[in-house]
Amino acid sequence: MGISGAAAPACELTLENLFEFPQGRRVLSCIQCGLCAGTCPYGDVMDYPPRRIIAMLRAGLLEKVFQSDGLLACVACYACMAKCPRDIRLTEVLLPLVKEQVFLNLPETPAELHRALENTLRYGNPFGESARKRAAWVKTAGVPIRILPEDPRPVDVLWFVECQNSYHPRGQDVSRATARLFHALGMDFAILGNEEKCAGECARLLGETGLFDTLMDYNMAVFAKYRFNRIVTSGAHAYDAFVYQYPERGFRYIVEQTTPFLARHVDRLRPLLTRKLPYAVTYHDSCCLGRHNGFYEEPRSLLRAIPGVRLLEMTHNRINSICCGGGGGGMWLDTYYKAKGYERLSERRVKEAAATGADVLAISCPYEISRFEDALKVLGYERRMLVRDVTELLAESMEA
Amino acid sequence: MNLVVLMRMVPDVVEELEIAPDGKSLDRDLLRMIPSESDDHALEEALLLKERYGGRVTVLALSAPEVADLLYTAAAKGADRLIELRGVQTGLGVRAAALACADAMTSLAGVLPADLILTGAQAIEDLDGLAAPLLADRLGWPYLGVVTKVNELADRTVTVVKEFPGGFRGEFQMTLPAVLGIQAAERPPRYVPVAKVRAAMKAAKIEVGQAPEPIAAPLAGIDLVELCKPEAAGRAEMLEGAPEEVAGKLCELLAAHGLL
Repeated sequence: MGISGAAAPACELTLENLFEFPQGRRVLSCIQCGLCAGTCPYGDVMDYPPRRIIAMLRAGLLEKVFQSDGLLACVACYACMAKCPRDIRLTEVLLPLVKEQVFLNLPETPAELHRALENTLRYGNPFGESARKRAAWVKTAGVPIRILPEDPRPVDVLWFVECQNSYHPRGQDVSRATARLFHALGMDFAILGNEEKCAGECARLLGETGLFDTLMDYNMAVFAKYRFNRIVTSGAHAYDAFVYQYPERGFRYIVEQTTPFLARHVDRLRPLLTRKLPYAVTYHDSCCLGRHNGFYEEPRSLLRAIPGVRLLEMTHNRINSICCGGGGGGMWLDTYYKAKGYERLSERRVKEAAATGADVLAISCPYEISRFEDALKVLGYERRMLVRDVTELLAESMEA
Repeated sequence: MNLVVLMRMVPDVVEELEIAPDGKSLDRDLLRMIPSESDDHALEEALLLKERYGGRVTVLALSAPEVADLLYTAAAKGADRLIELRGVQTGLGVRAAALACADAMTSLAGVLPADLILTGAQAIEDLDGLAAPLLADRLGWPYLGVVTKVNELADRTVTVVKEFPGGFRGEFQMTLPAVLGIQAAERPPRYVPVAKVRAAMKAAKIEVGQAPEPIAAPLAGIDLVELCKPEAAGRAEMLEGAPEEVAGKLCELLAAHGLL
């Protein structure tokens, strides 16, 4: 993909004009209570947790924050924002602006992250897989899947599959399950095939905004080529990008994430869920779907619709959920965190999941499968617990 | 210091490679090109030298699809002058390409005299690593390849480290001007945020240079007969069954081959 040179909108909020915008001025109302730093999963190791960043900003000392790589530990989990008593839009507004400067000033980009970002720019996915193989999983879907570039007739639902579920073997399992569910619901749906590229949200929340802008411009141009009524995406981060960022470039489509979308159709799904699954299941609230968008009950309603499933809750659930550590670039910083001696957040989370005694850890954000499956193996819990996307459990219950 | 970096785009092997109908070259329509990895290291080493000793970095890149991205990225990293060199046949004709590059450098205004020319020690299209020494020979400059570090750049000499097998390293002193084939820069090539590349696209200018008429035919006496795709040998044995079963079979196989 070529780098596009499109200019940013003139009204864009920056650190310089922060206080000219209502959401920026809100920063001035900070009472320095420290709830943000206290709730931050890496607040104990960060040089400048959100409370200190605000204090430094007010004191005109932000330059110091830009010189530290400490904010690479921000996994953009929305915990600080969700807890702020002054409703300061930390993860949405202030942190991305500060992280952008931190990223521009990084003396050395951690190797794993460097590769993922270069791959995303070049191939449209962080894995460095060929863009021409993005839809290769379709052959094994078991149900017909229309690929728009091959058959560009108008379609009702454009399914934006996203990287993890296009390339990662476990993500492909989720895509196959999702395709079967869409098919069973009689939906008119299609995918963009090899024309789809990463929505870019994690690059943005890491501070690599130029990469995000390039991906956004690319995807907007691809959307404009086809006619569809709405977008359903498997990506929790892509959902956020489409809802909160893409509108800047004229994105006006109706958009839903797979889990809440399926929850809206739970009454039509229920009669299809004939196979009893005798599992004790604990659900991990993803940061984007949960804290950021309030989809707490939707995944649980789907799990309850599966005969045999017994739902258990972890100590930290819903708004208090602990991030898997994959957001805001964290997906490609495990080696860096390890070198710094930080605990892997996915391991912290899996310990809590295992403590519920559940057989299955259910998830709905594509990052979580590989993160939690790895964490289970690291902790030696892989025989005690399986990780399944909610769509996988639904599809399993549809099997005769 | 006046530093020149010669960069090439090579076929991206992440994509499937197909042979063109002539049976002697890769199908360029299906090919995607990517900056040659060791050329990227050569650029990094040049930028490190500029940071240490001052001077200018001129990047000369052979024309290819997406070469503008390579050049603007180089500018965003700190290169001062960008030249896209057209009219040089890449691919398997390394000798012709190297000689044409040398002649283009001589004829393009302001590229030479230079203190150092840095380029990759190898490229996937040039595993023999011929491009840099042929270039040096044409210019009549000294050449050293598989360089992993520049220890000191002085007025008339450069001291470089070259790698040998077994972890041995040799320190060499060369008189300037010289050509270096870079194996790896002292540190991994830097990441440049896309915002900086976007800014470079607005601020920097790519000059287009035309290579002189091809003066050097491929080396007489050598002709490429046929290019072949890898053949599937069918010697792989897939172990089927439950994980425990597969593990058992694997152990037996390893034991049978004396590996356990």
